[in-house]
Amino acid sequence: MRYRKALAGFSIAVLWALASPHAVAQSGTVRIAWVDPQSGMMAAVGQNALRSWQHAVDAANQGKWGGNVRFELVPFDNKLSPQETLTVLKSVVDRDIRYVALGLGTSTALALSDAVAKHNQRNPGKEIVFVNYAAVDPSMTNEKCDFWHFRIDINSDMKMEALTTFMAGRPEIRKVYLINQDYAFGHSVERGAEEYLKKKRPDIAIVGKDRHPLAQVRDFAPYVAKIKASGADTIITGNWGSDLALLVKAARDAGLTAGFYTYYAGTTGTPTAIGAAGEGKVRQVSYWNPSDPVPEGAKCIEGFERKYKDDYAILASYTAMKLLSEAMKKAKSTDAKQVAFALEGLKVQSLNGEVEMRASDHQLQQPVFISSWQKVDGKTVRYGQENTGYGWRTEARLDAYVASQPTSCDMKRPAK
Amino acid sequence: MEFVVISLLNGISYGLLLFMLASGFTLIFSMMGVLNFAHASFYMLGAYFGYQISTWLGFWPALFVAPLLVGAAGALVERYGLRRVHKSGHVPELLFTFGLSYIIVELVQIVWGRAAVPYQVPPELQGPLFTVFTTTFPAYRAFMMLIAVLMLVAIWLMLTRTRIGLVIQASLTHPGMAEALGHNVPRVYMLTFGGGTALAGLAGVIGGNAYVTEPSMAALVGAIIFVVTVVGGMGSLAGAFVASLLIGLMQTFAIGLDWSPVGLLGRLGIEITPETFLYALWSLKLSQVAPVLPYLLLVMILVFRPRGLMGTREG
Repeated sequence: MRYRKALAGFSIAVLWALASPHAVAQSGTVRIAWVDPQSGMMAAVGQNALRSWQHAVDAANQGKWGGNVRFELVPFDNKLSPQETLTVLKSVVDRDIRYVALGLGTSTALALSDAVAKHNQRNPGKEIVFVNYAAVDPSMTNEKCDFWHFRIDINSDMKMEALTTFMAGRPEIRKVYLINQDYAFGHSVERGAEEYLKKKRPDIAIVGKDRHPLAQVRDFAPYVAKIKASGADTIITGNWGSDLALLVKAARDAGLTAGFYTYYAGTTGTPTAIGAAGEGKVRQVSYWNPSDPVPEGAKCIEGFERKYKDDYAILASYTAMKLLSEAMKKAKSTDAKQVAFALEGLKVQSLNGEVEMRASDHQLQQPVFISSWQKVDGKTVRYGQENTGYGWRTEARLDAYVASQPTSCDMKRPAK
Repeated sequence: MEFVVISLLNGISYGLLLFMLASGFTLIFSMMGVLNFAHASFYMLGAYFGYQISTWLGFWPALFVAPLLVGAAGALVERYGLRRVHKSGHVPELLFTFGLSYIIVELVQIVWGRAAVPYQVPPELQGPLFTVFTTTFPAYRAFMMLIAVLMLVAIWLMLTRTRIGLVIQASLTHPGMAEALGHNVPRVYMLTFGGGTALAGLAGVIGGNAYVTEPSMAALVGAIIFVVTVVGGMGSLAGAFVASLLIGLMQTFAIGLDWSPVGLLGRLGIEITPETFLYALWSLKLSQVAPVLPYLLLVMILVFRPRGLMGTREG
């Protein structure tokens, strides 16, 4: 008798589950595939990013951000290669994972966005959402925008707009040198710098432009000799990872005194290369300042340091988990398509203030910070990076609506 | 002027490092006829051994111990691997070293991981040595040059002034005769292979912290060593020296020069605009094609002077 009752109960539960998949789907485990380099020259940055993601996922699970939804991170190594990324996507599909996070390298991001769009078109009901946490080529939220792609970082043009506005107010800048990685992202930095500087400070001369292969150069001394010969007083670079760390190291070795305006001086390896020699000379434009966070951010940073003996540098992981959790609650589902719709126009609180996922192009709207490399003083620079005793002092903060840029995206949405 | 002097110094220091690699490669080739595909892997082993030993004992012991270990590994490879394969001819030898290079890379990844290791320049050698106009020249680069030159002199003295050098030279050209005179030629082979790989290991110890120590470092220099050896002439030590410096300087200067066909034709009065046919090709700057230049040189040399700059053999 008892057994029968249990069986009946079980059957009802199963029937109910089958009848309303969304109601059940909101609990359970959501897996997120993390796809980025864990080998080669950019492995150090990749490992730091993976830790940042794991940290954010743990925080989301502990704080029950998504209600009953638990998150699980599944890391894959794409070796910074678009080809490998597509291979990885196949195994992501095979393992039935519906959320993919990738950020390091516009080359891999463009390949993934394209492949995800095709996959989703051909496999209705098995859609995949692409969470882009760091690839910043503007085209991905403009002419190449896609419904399944969401960018958590600020794009290259937003960064350059803020950076050049800041530079316009500094009369000591007269001669600028542009050095960038030779791929889509590096080209967009170069183009942006030329365009905006011409508008805002036509008197600044661009004395040199260089493009070097991505993640292959081991010795930047020849480039530094060239920069020196050009007489530049300022360098603008979108370089990241080893390409920036080695560039800064070569500049220091050669005694180059020019100032650096960078996108990624806070990423793994570079703070060590800057060291004491770069005090006040290196600046970065980013979406927050880890050296001077809000109290909630301090908790996150300290927890990360204790656990990994590393710097929490990639806030986008935190923001992404906030967004995904909220979207799942809002959609009352973990189904990728419904979550994607719920993400549009969603506002959440992250560690850099309130952010909004703009519906028209899926570019996250958030504030922009410009900070310079200074000694830790406990007040404006609270946390150092990589045990150098130096960190970032905020010199300018642009609110999200100021940093916002128009988009040319013509978003094609699937039927709901 | 400042640019020229600094680029000269940078080019020479890079060229000398290349020579440390190419010299061992050339020695092994000219003596044993073995194209050692795994040579760059021994360079990488040197860097990783250097890193590991310097974390235990410091950099200076590592500078001596790591090359010896790499040389011992090389000698073992010759004694128990190559010597057996030798009987079957040159192609199996080539395939053997080719396979070996992959095994070494995998082993390195298993032991030290796939990311770069934090192999640092020792504090004594950090900082600038002297200033050229306004540019400082790092002490460590000068140290690299010094080691390379010392090694060059030592090899030259050993090959020409010592008894073992004479035996090596004799076995190089007349192995049968040397053996008939009572010299243990196989052991000479083992010593040469061990010595050549030890040189590569030494280059790894001092190159690993100047550049980056990570698993793809072998593949990157591996191709360049071939270029150096072919350009200099297979089996010619002097040729390898000239070619190393040539390629070191070429790569350094090419990066510094923004010459492009557009600029050149512009001076001749031919206007080229983005609308011109094949503009992407015309606007390529020398600095952008710098990484390809050594290979271009390789092809040119093979076409116009197959025996290389100073080679004695034909083809």
